[in-house]
Amino acid sequence: MLLALQGAVSQGILWGVMTLGVYITFKLLDIADMSVDGTLALGGCVCAVAVTGGMDPKLALLLALLAGAAAGGVTGILHAAFDIPSILAGILTMISLWSINLHIMGKSNVPLLAHPTIFSQFAAATGLSQTMATTVIGLVIAVVLVALLYWFFGTEIGAALRATGNNEHMVRALGVDTRMTKLLALMISNGLAGFAGGLVCQSQKYADIGMGTGTIVIGLAAIVIGEVLGQLTPGKLRSFGSRLVAAVVGTVIYFLIRAIVLQMGMDANDMKLLSAIIVAVALSIPVLVGRARTRALWSKGGEV
Amino acid sequence: MLELKHVTKTFNKGTVNEKVALDDISLTLEDGDFVTVIGGNGAGKSTMLNMISGVYPVDRGQIVLDGNDITHLSEPKRARYLGRVFQDPMLGTAADMQIEENLALAARRGQRRGLSWNVTREERELFRERLASLGLGLEDRMGDKVGLLSGGQRQALTLLMATIKQPDVLLLDEHTAALDPKTAKLVLGITERIVGDAHLTTLMVTHNMHDAIRLGNRLIMMDTGRIIYDVRGEEKARLTVPELLQKFEEASGGELDNDRMLLG
Repeated sequence: MLLALQGAVSQGILWGVMTLGVYITFKLLDIADMSVDGTLALGGCVCAVAVTGGMDPKLALLLALLAGAAAGGVTGILHAAFDIPSILAGILTMISLWSINLHIMGKSNVPLLAHPTIFSQFAAATGLSQTMATTVIGLVIAVVLVALLYWFFGTEIGAALRATGNNEHMVRALGVDTRMTKLLALMISNGLAGFAGGLVCQSQKYADIGMGTGTIVIGLAAIVIGEVLGQLTPGKLRSFGSRLVAAVVGTVIYFLIRAIVLQMGMDANDMKLLSAIIVAVALSIPVLVGRARTRALWSKGGEV
Repeated sequence: MLELKHVTKTFNKGTVNEKVALDDISLTLEDGDFVTVIGGNGAGKSTMLNMISGVYPVDRGQIVLDGNDITHLSEPKRARYLGRVFQDPMLGTAADMQIEENLALAARRGQRRGLSWNVTREERELFRERLASLGLGLEDRMGDKVGLLSGGQRQALTLLMATIKQPDVLLLDEHTAALDPKTAKLVLGITERIVGDAHLTTLMVTHNMHDAIRLGNRLIMMDTGRIIYDVRGEEKARLTVPELLQKFEEASGGELDNDRMLLG
């Protein structure tokens, strides 16, 4: 059990990289971008093929990131330049990536076998166990990424991007082409998903065509869990940096919950259903609470 | 100098909903002109401002600003020349961002944005000074999210944002219409001061005839996409509301129909 939980933490951190990406599109731009299902798998496939082809595992990760960003760019162009609704643009990219990923791998599953990964290299260099090595590297990467994103969203371009999700009207009036900011957001988001795919591939030592299925739901569930946690902490985690941290922590907790319910005997195939229910409930509650509050405000009138 | 030359715009052309919003409008604003615009519902006031700011493409005609033809520039490209305040206080600001972040976004209107910090220390001082001049106490709340402000405060902030980088033309689209009378008066006072201090070339659509007469050096009246009355200087200053109503009836052959029009 303890081993399973340790594994869940390390997996959660790696998938947390993807959640950071989903956070950008979903929370900042209010787009539920389905392309991450495809780009996470794309990152994994590209990474697996590159590593088995003899490429350095670090470079392979960079390649996975770039591949994800390029695919995100396709969604961005479909959405921003051709006005295709974001949800459909994401679905189109996701579906086409299924075929593209199969072409990249040539089959539906590529094992890394004895090829080195950044985790095995680090484990060998430090003498840590594979799980510990994964956790440590994952943590370092997550911290660096959170810091980078925090910096980026404080810059002129980053602020324009945040404002785009807030008020497109204003942003255009201030001379920013909102098509460009949306394209950029989708590229960063899917770049992170591709990067996460590469990390997951190297940690599990294989890439699989189905590895990205349900990614968006995991990302959304993790964000929701992170938000609930934020509400429970005294400072309510209002600052931007802490919300990013919450997204990663939320992913870790998602994987912990998953490990626990699997240990308790739940069928692994039911996990997707559970994730969807978590997201659906979390998105419904604020609406129901809002309605209940409105109703509670009503009074009959007449005599007081 | 802003010139509109024979600008025409028809919405939903070729359908049963076809509507001529602007009908061969020609208008020249000299530098420093403060023009108030009045007219009935659907007269084309807002459409004219939207054409100038590039929200929709024009069907025919040209828009020329200081000798540059901007007719075909996109909305974001034109933004460098134009300061805009909208009727809806929600449209001018980003609610989830801080007051200073909003101002910093506006201070870079029309400029290339890079990877330097959005809000710099020197700017913060400038923002504090400018916010203090509004007299709303916002200078002590620069880190607050704009969503916490009232409609009037947001509109005053939008006005500051539209002018923090001096625009060639300031476009005010009924920017006090959504506010209660007291707040509207306050925002209008701020408008007068900002426009006066910087001698901004301004086009202000209003539904308040009294304000239209009192403010600015020139008044134009629109009806069914045309400019039907254009008056400036002394003659404008001497106008009264009843005279204005009469002018409207003479020029358009009907009664002024604006469900928000205040006779003030």
